[in-house]
Amino acid sequence: MTALAARRRHPLALVLLIALGLLATGAAYSALAPKAASAATTSTQDIAAGKKLFLANCASCHGLNAQGAPADNRGNIAGPSLIGVGAASVDFQVGTGRMPMAEPGPQAPQAVVRFDDKETAQLAAYVASLAPGPQIPTAEEASGEGGDAAKGGEIFRVNCAMCHNYAGAGGALTRGKYAPALDNTSPKHIYEAMATGPQSMPVFNDKNITPENKKDVIAFIEASRELPHAGGSSLGNLGPVPEGLFTWIVGIGALIGCSVWLGSKAA
Amino acid sequence: MSQTQHGSTDGTLAQRPGLPEHAPQIEGTTAAPTLFENPGLPPHVHRLADTDPKAAKRAERQVAALFTLSILGTLVFLVSYFAVDPQTPVYIPLIGRTLLQNFLLGLGMGCGIFFIGIGAVHWAKTLMPDEEVVEERHYLRSTAADRDGAVQALQQGGEESGIGRRPLIKATAAGALGLFGLPFIVALRDLGPLPGDRLSRTMWKAGMRLVSDPEYAPIKVEDVTIGSVFHVMPEGIDKVHDKLEQKAKAAVLLMRLDPADIKSTKQKAWGYQGIVAYSKICTHVGCPVGLYEQQTHHLLCPCHQSTFDVTEDCKVIFGPAHRPLPQLPITVDTEGYLVASSPFHEAVGPSFPERGHR
Repeated sequence: MTALAARRRHPLALVLLIALGLLATGAAYSALAPKAASAATTSTQDIAAGKKLFLANCASCHGLNAQGAPADNRGNIAGPSLIGVGAASVDFQVGTGRMPMAEPGPQAPQAVVRFDDKETAQLAAYVASLAPGPQIPTAEEASGEGGDAAKGGEIFRVNCAMCHNYAGAGGALTRGKYAPALDNTSPKHIYEAMATGPQSMPVFNDKNITPENKKDVIAFIEASRELPHAGGSSLGNLGPVPEGLFTWIVGIGALIGCSVWLGSKAA
Repeated sequence: MSQTQHGSTDGTLAQRPGLPEHAPQIEGTTAAPTLFENPGLPPHVHRLADTDPKAAKRAERQVAALFTLSILGTLVFLVSYFAVDPQTPVYIPLIGRTLLQNFLLGLGMGCGIFFIGIGAVHWAKTLMPDEEVVEERHYLRSTAADRDGAVQALQQGGEESGIGRRPLIKATAAGALGLFGLPFIVALRDLGPLPGDRLSRTMWKAGMRLVSDPEYAPIKVEDVTIGSVFHVMPEGIDKVHDKLEQKAKAAVLLMRLDPADIKSTKQKAWGYQGIVAYSKICTHVGCPVGLYEQQTHHLLCPCHQSTFDVTEDCKVIFGPAHRPLPQLPITVDTEGYLVASSPFHEAVGPSFPERGHR
C-alpha cells in the first residue's frame, strides 16, 4: 500500500492510468456494443469474391462502392445505396431473382434466379461488410414450425393484409407497383422481407413484429395455403371482380344457352 | 293485340260472346282498312315423334333417362350427407382444394333439380301435343247485372251489420283502428338519437401512449426505424366497453421518414424526429388507409385508390378523397415512449353534416 502510495506522483502514473482507462472502455464497448451484422460463415475470401460479383453485375446501377447512383432530373434513382441494407436484403433480392433487374420499371418483379446459393452468399457477405444491417435468418428462425397460426393471422390482417390481401393473393399499389402474391414465397424470404422492407414495402423490425410474431405470421401464411375452400373455387381469392366476371360470363352465359334451347322447336 | 287482327280473325267485335251491349265501340273497328294482310299462323309441321313411333319411343327413353339422372343426383346428396366426413378435403380440377362433402352435396342437389327441369322441357317439346291453338281473351269488364249485384250486396251488408244504428261500436271501432297506427309512428324514435359530437371526437388525449395493434405494446422512439410502419391504437382501447366503435375512429398509422424528406413545417412540428402519426381512416368514405410505400412515401387507400403524399402533410394527390388525412400531434414522455401531445385537431374520417360545428 505504501509502495503504491509512494509512486502515486511518478511521472508515468498518469500515462498508466489513461492506458488502463482506455483498455477498460474498449473492453466494455466490445462486450456491450451492438454486433456488426454479418453471417457467421463469411470470410474475407467470400467478401472479395462478392465484391468481384458486385462490380460485374450490380455496380452499373448501385455504384462502384454500392453508394447508389445520383437521381436524374426527374428524381428517379437508378439504384439506391446498399450501405446498411444488410445480408438479408441481398439474400431476398438476389435469391428471388428480383436483382439484378432485367430492365428499368416501377418495380423489380420476381424472376429467374441468376446466381447460385454460393454466389448469393458471397454478394451478401460483401454488402454486409459495408455496414451492419439485418442478417440472414437461420432456418430455425425463419420457419413457421411452432408458430401460432391464429395469432399470426391477427398480426397479418393488421400489418400485411391491406397490401398483400387477406389470403396473401397480393394486390395493386400506386403507379404500376404492386404487392406480390405470397403463394410460393419461402419462409426465409418472407422473414427477410419483413426484416428489410424490400422496394415499396415498409420495414417491420424486431420491435414492431417480434421474432416470435414473425414465426406466427409465417405459420399463418403456410396454414392458409393448405386450407381447403369450403365454398368451392376461390377464384384466386381476389374478391368481387373475378366473382362478378365469373357470374356474368359463365352464369348468364348458361342461362342464355338454356333460353335458346327452351325456345327452339324439337326435330 | 290490335283491333284489326280481331276484325279479320273472327269477324266483328259485336259477335264475341259475353260482351255487354254498352261496351265501348271503337270507330272504324268493323271496317278496318286492310293495309296489312294478316299472315295468320304458318302451317303446322309435325315433329318426328308425332309421325314416327320409333322416334317417340326414343324421346320417351331420353326423358326417362333425364329423370333418372335427377334421381341419382338426389341420391348422391342423401348418401353424401350421411356417409361423407364433412372435414375431408379433396382436390377437384378447375376448382382446387375444397371439401368433399360440400362438393358432393352441391353436385347432387344441382343435378337433382337441373335434370327435372330439362327432363320436363324435353318431354313437353318432343311428346306433349304441340298443335297451335288460338284462345281469345274475354272482355275484362263485368256485366251490368254483376256490377249492380255487387253494390247491392255491399249496401245490404252495411245495413245488416247495424253500424249506423249502434254509434258506440262505430266510435270504439274507429278509435281502435286509428290508435293501432300510432305504435308504428312511435317506433320511428329508434332511428335516433343523433350522434351528438361522437363523430368529432376520438379516444386520443394529450399524454396518451401510442400502442401497437394488435399487441397493445407501447412504442419507443428508437423502435421506429426509418421506413417502418406501425399500426397504432390509443393505450387502453382494449379495456373500453365500445372497443370496436372507438377503434373505428382512433386507428392511426405511424411512419418514420428521413426528416429531410418532409416538406411541411407543420408536419415536422407535430411529429418527432421524422416520426409522424396520421389517422388511418380515409377522408373519402372511411376505409382504413394502410398501403404505405416506403420509397415514394405514397399512402394509398385500397377502396377507391385515394393517394396521400406523406411528405406533404398527407395531401391528396390522386383519387376521390377531398381532405388530407388528419395528423395526430405526438411527442415523447419521460420514459422515452411515444405519446399524443394533443387529441386530433379535426374530426377524422369522411364528411358528415355537423362536421366543424361541434
